[in-house]
Amino acid sequence: MRFRPLHSAPMLISLLMLGPVLAGLLGALLPTFGWLPVLGGDSLTLEPVRALLATPGLARSIALSLASGLLATLLAMLMVIGLLSAWSGTRLFRWMVRMISPLLSIPHAATALGFAFLLAPSGWIVRMISPELTGWSRPPDWFFPHDPYGLAMIAGLTIKELPFLLLVSLAALPQIEPRRTQNLVRSLGYGPMVGWVHAVWPRLYRQIRLPIFAVIAYASSVVDVALILGPTNPPPLAVQLVRWMSDPNLSMRFLASAGAILQLLVTLAALGIWWGGERMASRLLGCLVQSGLRFQRDEWARRLAASLNVAAVLLMLLSLGGLVLWSFAGFWRFPDAVPVSLSLNTWMRQGPMLMEPLYNAVLIGGLATVVGIVMTLATLEAQSRMGKRSGRSAMVILYLPLIVPQVAFLFGLQLILLTVNASYALWALVFGHLIFTLPYIFLSLSDQWHVLDPRYMQMATALGRSAWAIFWRVRLPMLLRPILTAAAVGFAVSIGQYLPTLLIGGGRWETITTEAVALSAGGNRRLIGVYALMQMLLPFVGFLIATLIPTLFYKDRRGMTPADR
Amino acid sequence: MIARPLTAGYSKALITALPPRQTRLTVLKKAVLAAAFAALPSMVQAGAVNVKDWPAVLEKAKGQTVYFHAWGGADRINAYIDWAGAKVKGRYGVTIKHVKVGDTANVVSQIIAEKAAGKEDGGSVDLVWINGENFASLKEKGLLLPMSWAPDLPNYQFADVKGKPTLTTDFTVPTDGLESPWGMAQLSFYYDSAITKEVPKSATALLDWAKAHPGRFAYPKPPDFIGSTFLKQLALELADDPSVLSRPVTEENYKTVSDKLFAYLDALHPYLWREAKAFPDNVSSLKNLLADGEIEIAFTFNPGDASAAIANDELPDTVRSFTFEGGTIGNSHFVAIPFNANAKEGAMVLANFLLSPEAQARKQDPSIWGDPTVLDITSLPNEDKARFDALELGVATLKPEDFGPALPEPHASWMERLEKDWTSHYGVQ
Repeated sequence: MRFRPLHSAPMLISLLMLGPVLAGLLGALLPTFGWLPVLGGDSLTLEPVRALLATPGLARSIALSLASGLLATLLAMLMVIGLLSAWSGTRLFRWMVRMISPLLSIPHAATALGFAFLLAPSGWIVRMISPELTGWSRPPDWFFPHDPYGLAMIAGLTIKELPFLLLVSLAALPQIEPRRTQNLVRSLGYGPMVGWVHAVWPRLYRQIRLPIFAVIAYASSVVDVALILGPTNPPPLAVQLVRWMSDPNLSMRFLASAGAILQLLVTLAALGIWWGGERMASRLLGCLVQSGLRFQRDEWARRLAASLNVAAVLLMLLSLGGLVLWSFAGFWRFPDAVPVSLSLNTWMRQGPMLMEPLYNAVLIGGLATVVGIVMTLATLEAQSRMGKRSGRSAMVILYLPLIVPQVAFLFGLQLILLTVNASYALWALVFGHLIFTLPYIFLSLSDQWHVLDPRYMQMATALGRSAWAIFWRVRLPMLLRPILTAAAVGFAVSIGQYLPTLLIGGGRWETITTEAVALSAGGNRRLIGVYALMQMLLPFVGFLIATLIPTLFYKDRRGMTPADR
Repeated sequence: MIARPLTAGYSKALITALPPRQTRLTVLKKAVLAAAFAALPSMVQAGAVNVKDWPAVLEKAKGQTVYFHAWGGADRINAYIDWAGAKVKGRYGVTIKHVKVGDTANVVSQIIAEKAAGKEDGGSVDLVWINGENFASLKEKGLLLPMSWAPDLPNYQFADVKGKPTLTTDFTVPTDGLESPWGMAQLSFYYDSAITKEVPKSATALLDWAKAHPGRFAYPKPPDFIGSTFLKQLALELADDPSVLSRPVTEENYKTVSDKLFAYLDALHPYLWREAKAFPDNVSSLKNLLADGEIEIAFTFNPGDASAAIANDELPDTVRSFTFEGGTIGNSHFVAIPFNANAKEGAMVLANFLLSPEAQARKQDPSIWGDPTVLDITSLPNEDKARFDALELGVATLKPEDFGPALPEPHASWMERLEKDWTSHYGVQ
């Protein structure tokens, strides 16, 4: 049999996804049981586990991680259901859809910082209505952010995850033809929302289940948002564990590794609870169908859904607006609604220092994106030629790096990259980013790839074109738009990576994100504003290019404009 | 945020836990040098640097890249280091890379990990901004360049070693020339005179003030540097015999000191910002809280901080400073070279430049950074003296004579115990 490099692409991509995660987990598992010869751990012991369990406040930390993962996901999902079921096709809906890309490109940390400034007792909203409405000339003593129940953190995560869940839902919806089904259930007398939930939601849910799992995993192990908005005494588990990892006392590394494994278990528990919730919810829905209730009067629910969604988008926009304003602010004292003066000082001072981090971010993100796109295209093309589609298990492999908490496997992975002496190397860093960009690129492209009408390719074959000619001259041009969108998504993901950049780059590759996070430690809102904006700018330019190029390319091809597709 | 650079130490520790990439040439060079200096064991260890022969140091430094690990949370300081880097590059051909760290303890653990991994040269840290516990632990473990290099730097002659005992005794630990002085610090408090009319001048007065103004005072959560300093200030002030704190901690004197301290904190906490259920992260968050009017009294280790923040529009120009009548903790900060630094000569060139009257005067300028100089200004040549005379200290900066006595830092062993106990008392609520 002839060796065909292309046909090994699917295998390569799975290895690339599976290998680092498993290796990284192993690197955390061994020290959990006392094995880390570099630090003098050369016998197996349960001591780190015991030390972990003896940590004061551990139960609270775990509960906070579980609650934030589950509640933030549930709330965001309910809001998406509300919006899709009640408002599909309306102007409100189109506005929300238009807002998605810009909102998605706001980094998590920036959202959280803006959110904290917006709602804090001395924040923007209180400033706007004080002292006129409230009579406050001094900020009230509210507990926000850092409230002990983690409500600020859950709210922040909810509004940040909403656009993501909406995006994946929108991508999946066309395949299940919601309009026709919904017309059918409406004709059976169901209210629009309940009808949608009965007829469309179960099928949509099946499509977006893995992204939802990724959101749960993310929200239950998030570090940056938790640091900015989460409780401090004790903090959620992931924050605690990152602290242990940076403790000057190296023997804490054993404890940290045990913590990483515990974090994995907590995330798995969150997924397990969600899975149980799925069963219950489907039972309940079943009962509801049997009950025959039609819920025709759902105006209040429609309004609730609309106001919640609009509120979430407005909160994000205002958060961002607050940061922008801060970056230009002169002195801005409570309770003034706007700064006394505006100035370019912060920008002028930071300008020269922004160059290197921006350049590095573009370089690393660009390489990770290009490699990711090439690998994805190779895999998809191989699948097409071999007549296979990636099955369920392949999808799970792709999602693995998104579901296993970063903090749980990155440290182990780093150790392995170092043993091959790849420390600080650009290629190692690009590889580190690839683990996270590749799944997103693959996921955003694969469906579009497979729905392309096979008859185009059949026709080209009938005209005597080779498989490669078809790839270059039919598939690529026709799929230019989704390919570029996938690239923009991958680029945005790369720009946002903090832990991988820091760990694998050893602090020597400054990107806009590592700088933003380091400076946010200083709590200077003007600086945070500048860096958050720059951090947002790169992905935004990416998305812009992804829309502009196809428009130019398809200028003379009316059939390829988005409106007709 | 923030996933903040908390993880940096761990990561870097692992990164450097691996064998250095050595070219055959450098191995050969090292072997030759080692043979040449075999008779001088200490110098071989030190990588054969003779600081007294300064031109030779400059020569060797040319073309080196110095990774300067320094806290990167303040843009003014970052900009200052940038400026210093550009000067050193222009004058001496040494490239400076500022590795912005979130917590110097991370750098310490990185160096420890390098030692553990047997990385005896080509280390990742060339120069580190350091003092106190971090210096003590590196010195104790023998992880600093094992030679007294700092006093031989040409600009060290201007250092005010006589007038400032903290330049040679860092938190009770003798520096032994293992670190070169960079700046001075003394705890001072500031408030907005437009809002606050009366300020407390001692720890006990502070407690009464807090009771009268609930929710308007806060301190950063230890082990944050400034939060820990606040604990030390209280411990010194409340102790019957403060002198026990300058010796290593023992069980019995620990108990007498900590009982008083925690009794005080138990009384204070109900009146803190957010009733002490949340704490600010660090000195910058404290400043933000004051700027927002959430708290009324904040404190800093850098006497020029408040004036600089006014210049930066971060604080209103009605902010003023004050200090405790019995004196406040004062110390110095330094730069040190790890035992396995890759660019030792370059690091010395940078340390020497940082100590120069030019760099020190610029550093003291509140519109640049506002960090007090370590130099004895009277010993300077006239044109350098003029640099300092030209400085405007700013409205919110206490003049040296307005500061009370500088209390010495307690022995490093105290802090470990107090921080640990603080966490078990208040870490979980």
